[in-house]
Amino acid sequence: MASTMLSLSFAAPSLHQSQKREVGCVETASLFGNKKVDLLFKGKSLGRTSMSVAVNVSRFEGITMAPPDPILGVSEAFRADTNDTKLNLGVGAYRTEELQPYVLNVVKKAENLMLEKGDNKEYLPIEGLAAFNKATVELLLGADNPAIQQGRVATVQGLSGTGSLRLAGAFIHRYFPDSKAMISSPTWGNHKNIFNDARVPWSEYRYYDPRTVGLDFDGMISDIKAAPDGSFVVLHGCAHNPTGIDPTPEQWEKIADVIEEKKHIPFFDVAYQGFASGSLDEDAYSVRLFVSRGLEVLVAQSYSKNLGLYAERVGAINVICSGSDAAARVKSQLKRLARPMYSNPPVHGARIVANIVGDPTLFNEWKEEMEMMAGRIKNVRQKLHSCLAEKDKSGKDWSFILKQIGMFSFTGLNKVQSDNMTNKWHVYMTKDGRISLAGLSLAKCEFLADAIIDSFYNVS
Amino acid sequence: MASRTAISCGIARRLSSGYGFATRSMSSWWTDVEPAAKDPILGVTEAFLADTHPDKVNVGVGAYRDDDGKPVVLECVREAERRIAGSENMEYLPMGGSVKMVDETLKLAYGENSEFIKEKRIAAVQALSGTGACRLFAEFQKRFQPDSQIYIPIPTWSNHHNIWRDAQVPQRTFHYYHAETRGLDFASLMDDVKNAPNGSFFMLHACAHNPTGVDPTEEQWREISYQFKVKNHFAFFDMAYQGFASGDPERDAKAIRIFLEDGHLIGCAQSYAKNMGLYGQRVGCLSILCEDELQAVAVKSQLQQIARPMYSNPPVHGALVVSTILSDPTLKNLWLKEVKGMADRIIGMRTKLRENLENLGSPLPWEHVTKQIGMFCYSGMTPEQVDRLTNEYHIYMTRNGRISMAGVTTGNVGYLAKAIHEVTKSS
Repeated sequence: MASTMLSLSFAAPSLHQSQKREVGCVETASLFGNKKVDLLFKGKSLGRTSMSVAVNVSRFEGITMAPPDPILGVSEAFRADTNDTKLNLGVGAYRTEELQPYVLNVVKKAENLMLEKGDNKEYLPIEGLAAFNKATVELLLGADNPAIQQGRVATVQGLSGTGSLRLAGAFIHRYFPDSKAMISSPTWGNHKNIFNDARVPWSEYRYYDPRTVGLDFDGMISDIKAAPDGSFVVLHGCAHNPTGIDPTPEQWEKIADVIEEKKHIPFFDVAYQGFASGSLDEDAYSVRLFVSRGLEVLVAQSYSKNLGLYAERVGAINVICSGSDAAARVKSQLKRLARPMYSNPPVHGARIVANIVGDPTLFNEWKEEMEMMAGRIKNVRQKLHSCLAEKDKSGKDWSFILKQIGMFSFTGLNKVQSDNMTNKWHVYMTKDGRISLAGLSLAKCEFLADAIIDSFYNVS
Repeated sequence: MASRTAISCGIARRLSSGYGFATRSMSSWWTDVEPAAKDPILGVTEAFLADTHPDKVNVGVGAYRDDDGKPVVLECVREAERRIAGSENMEYLPMGGSVKMVDETLKLAYGENSEFIKEKRIAAVQALSGTGACRLFAEFQKRFQPDSQIYIPIPTWSNHHNIWRDAQVPQRTFHYYHAETRGLDFASLMDDVKNAPNGSFFMLHACAHNPTGVDPTEEQWREISYQFKVKNHFAFFDMAYQGFASGDPERDAKAIRIFLEDGHLIGCAQSYAKNMGLYGQRVGCLSILCEDELQAVAVKSQLQQIARPMYSNPPVHGALVVSTILSDPTLKNLWLKEVKGMADRIIGMRTKLRENLENLGSPLPWEHVTKQIGMFCYSGMTPEQVDRLTNEYHIYMTRNGRISMAGVTTGNVGYLAKAIHEVTKSS
């Protein structure tokens, strides 16, 4: 920190000269003598400029601009673009065919219900809203799951997926300081930031095969096998982000095999339950498989996409343990990590979820809206694929777009090509070639196909 | 917390016993995870809720109650919610949160017509209430001033220690509370300020100190500010009770304004948990006053960088409520009235509690009950006396003797006074 000088513009010149010394010498204060009293009262009337002192040099002098977030920064850039044809395929937020944000009808109903009830806004307990925690774990594992019956699941409401992952990361750092996390290559960009800031070392396992635009299954198994025993293997429960490529049920069994063999801990990130296939139960298949095999599992959940509650930050971290005693202890330690982060989680979104899941009518309505949203995306995939197949005379196989699942598609475009999409076509996407189909309308499929073909073939 | 060796042994044990297992593994990864101690503050409410005694009293957590002991949702909040229910979409806020909410919030702390706001010199982001704001700052401090420590008053809200500890910023303490007078130990405080190395980071309660309710006078704040300048210290203000202390938000921001006038580049955590009754919504703000707009932009970007891997972006609902209220003059006036009402009720309860204790003929002095300010009263009771209050009288409070005056009502103040008298009369 720079040492600075005390300079007072209203002090007598001679006094000023003799004050040119390092701040912090106690004598400096006594130099003022009577002036000290003046300072205390004159300071106010003379205002800031005449008190030009040491403190005007900030401690944070050398702080540089942080780079824009690769995902959220895209939306910012999109907003700044004034071109008419611009298209935002950046962040994974669902849009209607009219490309408008969508508030689910069940959510509006739930909010109105809550307004009528007039619930208070008292602090939730650190672990969150009990009704929400019950609903979320039942949604994840199935209400009749033995793990729940046996009290083996520690559930703590978290700040959507990110916050839940971060809590788990902090827990891993504290209790498994020698362990590392394995994340897929590629994965959601923020996974790395989360583990970095939680001080959990990580390395990658192969996942995406650019040659097939599919899963590099052998590479994945091989890398998981090669990791030190007891690693935390981060798996996307369904609708892998950014690739949209999920393992088949058979492949999930083999992944569970190697994880068991290596005494790894599976750590599921479930951000799209319901959004992949349209069915909440079907999309929970992988998690339920691992739990049924008796493995201890971590699962982070988010309601950002499937209930459209993005900005309410609703999610949960679940730790399925081998016994109820362990679950109680784990839960208490998760709470201890949450308290100095944010004390207790926000209530509003949690109440919405609890109200919807807790009411059979609303729950059914939700399932229908979920199917509708997932259905729209499947339709868009179909349309985009047929546009590409039609326009691309080279015979390139674009069918991977149909095989991929969920909100995103990994186009296979590289960074330079992705830049071309933005700079020439005003199509906003992330530089890894990921497009969010949730932001695409049937009407825009042709335009997008043109842009993709141009970028793929004319830019290298 | 298990040691590293213990954990490695745990894993080794697990591995060696694990070989030969087919599909089911009966031992757990979490063998070495011990049960965490209950949070000293939030644990009190848990215990209170579990108690079935009809006369039970909760003066533990600092959440406002009306005179019937019921939680309160402010009228201005209800109205704001009516306006926004079902209408706003819930798209992600920017990482820095609601710009509208942050702008209004800065005015409260820095002044309606603050030149710093006009000059865009304040780096500010929406935060997860006061806790989140403090934690963001602690992480920021760790990242950009890695050799610094934080000076925390004795006593302080217990979570302050957790926050800076989990951010891995080493802590020191400075004198604050004077047990004999139940007031401010100003001389020792100033000594500590002077003796700290130049350029130290201090965490100050802007008003209504938690847990003591003891605030410096305006004169004392000026002296503290002056000494901070001499020592080039950094002042971080935690302002969780603006409006709640005196009933007037402008008055409650006095300490901050003094520091601003004196040219300090401060940091500030603000919370709407108490003064807008938005507890569970987790709405607050972290601000850092910078040299110029350029620096403010850079600092804000770094704060966002810290927030992203913590929770990506902050919750929208509470922020919408705040900005709806503060940007509408009618609603804002209603809010100011309601805040004053809450503060007045508490001041009234302080008077009643003191009167009751004195009328009971307590041998102890109780002026501090009315001298202290804000939600809390540092009674001076010992942990053992507090335990007696809980076990014998079903009165719940934290063991440091802190009484949340917000939980005191005309209905229970007599019972409370009697109980306090009973456990303290022989001391």
